[in-house]
This record gives sequence, structure tokens and C-alpha cells, in this order.
Amino acid sequence: MIRTAAEGETNRMTISQQTVSREVVVGIPQGLHARPADLLAREAQRWQSRIEVVGSAQRVDGKSILDLLTLAAEAGTRLVVEATGPDAEKAVAAISQLFDRNFNDSEHQTQS
Amino acid sequence: MKFSDFVTLDAIRAHVDATTKEGVIREMVQALVDAGRISVDEMEGIIKAIMKREDLGSTGIGRGVAVPHTKHPSVNRLVGTVAVSPQGINFDSLDGEPVHLFFLLVSPPDRPGDHLRALENISRQLRDDAFCRLLKAAKTPEDIQHLLEEADSHGIVS
Repeated sequence: MIRTAAEGETNRMTISQQTVSREVVVGIPQGLHARPADLLAREAQRWQSRIEVVGSAQRVDGKSILDLLTLAAEAGTRLVVEATGPDAEKAVAAISQLFDRNFNDSEHQTQS
Repeated sequence: MKFSDFVTLDAIRAHVDATTKEGVIREMVQALVDAGRISVDEMEGIIKAIMKREDLGSTGIGRGVAVPHTKHPSVNRLVGTVAVSPQGINFDSLDGEPVHLFFLLVSPPDRPGDHLRALENISRQLRDDAFCRLLKAAKTPEDIQHLLEEADSHGIVS
């Protein structure tokens, strides 16, 4: 019950917790701005797993739009989406799809 | 990027009168016009563009904060301002909470990187509860200015 180190590495060792990660690329010309960050956080919140997005300098909570915006990920940036939990695989697949589809915002969204 | 790189000091408002989303956006854009950052001829177009962006999804990003913004060809550098609504305004935020702190940004269409870095700065600073609380409690534009300067120089807490 009482864990001394509940964060990070320790969780990954827990038997029922599965960690899945995938590299994605920010394809939106404007980068990961407010709208895609909002869509990403909303998608992440649908899953039970803990979801983190890892940039070159930091690891942030994928369910928090504030955290995601601190990545300031420009077009072409490589990020790693990492999920830990019972639905990790599905979560990573769903989130990766957002990146693969450019958050559906490439053609009509001119206002960032 | 720092607050001082994009916040127009003369356009800071510590106590907005508006009670609606469009009202607060209008008041902030007017403040940028009054400060000479935006031409009066462009005002309505900019307000309309910001409202159009809000229709795509609220920029109320939670924690009582909103970042209404648009790109607009009439500006040649990122301009922004800050406003506080002590009573809070319904902004259709992600978390459903009323918004007290507004950071409005107008950026040139060809500078998406600057816009991203401004968002990065705002969101990073606002993760700090003390900073949010102090901003909400600010009584004058000078109070807000000092808080932004403090955040720029070393952060409020760490």
C-alpha cells in the first residue's frame, strides 16, 4: 500500500501495468498549439492509463493542456507518447492517430 | 520567451468590466488599440477573428485561465496583453470553471514559433498556483506588471 517511490520507474514494474510507447512527429505547420493540445488532452483523458508525452527536454502529463503547451513543440518535432496502465496499447494507438492525421486541422484551420 | 517580450504594459487591465466572452475580448483588443499596438481600423476584424477561433474550441485552458488569440496580418510582431476579471467570466472552459485570467495574443501569420513560445511561457508560469492566485488578487495594472516581471526574472516560487 505505502510506496516509497510511486512515480515513474516503479510503476512500470507493477505487474498489471503495461507500458507502451510510440514516437510521433508534429506535422502541423503551426506546431502543437492550443487547439491540438486541447484535442490531445481530451483524447488522453478518455483512457485510464497514465499518459505522458516526452520531448527532448521534458516529460509532461498528456492529460493536461497546460503541460502539453509547455513542450512548445514546433512542426517537425519528434515526441514520444507513453502510456502506462491497463489500456496503454489502445491509448497510444488513439493518440498516435491524432498526430498521423495532423489533428484534422491542416487544411481548414488558419487561425491557430 | 518572457512576458515582457509580448505583454503591452499600457494595455494591462486589472479589473475588466465585461461579463461575457465577447465583452472581455473586445475590452482587451480596445486596450491594445488605446496603447497604440493595433490600428483602430483593424479592431473589428481582429475581434471577429478571435471569436471565430473561440468557436473552434474555447481557449479557456483550465485553472481559471484563457488565452484568446488569433493571427492577423496587420501586426508585424507578437502583441499581447493581460486582463483580470475578479468576478470571473463564463468562457466555456475545458474544466467548466469561470475564467479570471486572460492572456490575449495577436501574432503575425508567418511567425507560428513566437506564438508557440508565448503559449509555452504562459502555461509554464501558470502551473504555479501561487502565481495564479497572486494574479487573480491583483488590484492594479502595476501589481500585474510586477508579478509578470517577477515571473520573468526567476519565477514566483522556485
